[in-house]
Amino acid sequence: MDVTTLSLKEIIRALESKEFSSEDLVSAYLSRIEKLDGDLYSVLEVSPSALEDARKIDKARSSGQELGSLAGVPIFLKDNMMVKGWGNTSASQVLEGHKSVYNATVVDRLKSAGAVLLGRTNMDEFAMGSSTESSHFGTTKNPWDKTRVPGGSSGGSAVAVSAGFAPVALGSDTGGSIRQPASLCGVVGLKPTYGRVSRYGLMAMASSLDQIGPFARTVEDVAFLMQTIEGKDQKDATSVELSETSISELIEPTVDGLTIGIPKEYFLEGMDADVKRLVMDAVAELEKGGAKVVEISMPHVQYALAVYYVLMPCEASSNLGRFDGLRYGYHSTGENLTETYSRSRGEGFGPEVKRRIMLGSYALSAGYYDAYYRKALKVRSLIKKDFDEVLKHVDAIVTPTSPSVAWKLGEKFGDPLTMYLSDIYTITANLATVPAMSLPCGFSQDLPVGLQLMGRPFDEHMLYRIGMYYQSVTEWHKQTPIV
Amino acid sequence: MPLSTNDVKHIAKLARLYLTEAEIDEYKDQLSSILEYVQKLQEVNTGDVPELQHSLDVINVFREDVIEECAEDARKRAIENFSSRNGDLLETQSVWM
Repeated sequence: MDVTTLSLKEIIRALESKEFSSEDLVSAYLSRIEKLDGDLYSVLEVSPSALEDARKIDKARSSGQELGSLAGVPIFLKDNMMVKGWGNTSASQVLEGHKSVYNATVVDRLKSAGAVLLGRTNMDEFAMGSSTESSHFGTTKNPWDKTRVPGGSSGGSAVAVSAGFAPVALGSDTGGSIRQPASLCGVVGLKPTYGRVSRYGLMAMASSLDQIGPFARTVEDVAFLMQTIEGKDQKDATSVELSETSISELIEPTVDGLTIGIPKEYFLEGMDADVKRLVMDAVAELEKGGAKVVEISMPHVQYALAVYYVLMPCEASSNLGRFDGLRYGYHSTGENLTETYSRSRGEGFGPEVKRRIMLGSYALSAGYYDAYYRKALKVRSLIKKDFDEVLKHVDAIVTPTSPSVAWKLGEKFGDPLTMYLSDIYTITANLATVPAMSLPCGFSQDLPVGLQLMGRPFDEHMLYRIGMYYQSVTEWHKQTPIV
Repeated sequence: MPLSTNDVKHIAKLARLYLTEAEIDEYKDQLSSILEYVQKLQEVNTGDVPELQHSLDVINVFREDVIEECAEDARKRAIENFSSRNGDLLETQSVWM
């Protein structure tokens, strides 16, 4: 059976009508992974219990038991989400040998809904990167062109969906780590509003920015999967009681009467001409559907990258303080305890992680706190205010997701600042805490280009609505790479 | 202002990171160029702008002060991750020398 292009909705329908079993489906995906992932390296480890889990669901189904909304559906998880007993590493040597002690909340929710966890996907080490090249275990390749990066940091999850290894996958997004690889791999990726999805059991990078979100082929699938993973969780105090969720069947498939904002600060001279043309083509498509398009201004977004590269390393350096070489993971014995910490961390962490720990430690150190951390928090307020103001007048903001298509492996790896600039369009949504989604809107040099939609906090419904309309009048999301 | 070799060594000490001489050299230049980039924040007039501490209007989230036991299974798994142990205790070098 050909599973390559099946959507989540199609799979659920077929499983319910017993067209195929979950075991058939999981076997088909596993053999595809076995055959094709050697080159792509999107999967770090396939779950040894995937087939058995699928069989259990099949058995429950045939005995007429009541099943969850994702019963028998295979899903991949980025390697920074903990599954009890799995060797989760965040693609870092520092966690080699570690076995997860408990399930992340999203994992518990997926399991209760009957989803079959297929395995853990590759990522930039501790989600620090934009290309999945900083993984300790190897580089993931873009399925559209294996000489190019898949984006990052959730590159493995993006590739797994793009290459047809699963209909859906979860990633995490701190500055664009779901949307940017979704864009570069030609799939849909959503960073939900901060607080919508519990981060309990997600290995923290920057706690005021991190969110878990889905990858899928269609916006409808993203909306459907979100219903399972979102909502208040006692174990994450930043998660929020949701007044309502977006039932994908109830999303109006029209953009008639909506107002779409195009921020002039995102469309500057010198931007990639193809990316600009394809994004404006998508805007024209929305206009044809009855949306009103207006130019807007967000004067402080030009400072977003600078704010991000202060706050993120500060939070990360603090979060990564827990890796002491004693309680879990990589251990290297020094002459005394302090040296054991330094050796374990110095040898265990890779270059990008160390760079960010150093940056954060510097910005938070005596004498520099006000100039960097406090200043950045203030400018973050101004960026959020820009969003609040603009979103009073427009229903959604449209921009490119990434300034360029996928670049060559190694091209930016040696130059951190150039790498950081590839996140320039995505970072603002994390700083302003708003929901943002990337969806395929065309091809440049045979490589996918992504359209980014940003909306009001907790109004994911609006993004689904616009995205579903766009996918109902275009075919870009139906294109798949030949792997 | 570019970082000196001593600045980098000092930060590495604060961060408990053992760095090789080559790494110290590399980070000196890379961190300096990143810090130079983020200097652009100083252009912004932020006089009485509040710091964004939490994105939502959530100040404190309380729960009842009730002890919840750690599941025995989780306790065991946590202990199995220790680099070195003495029974169920984490064994380390002495803290005070």
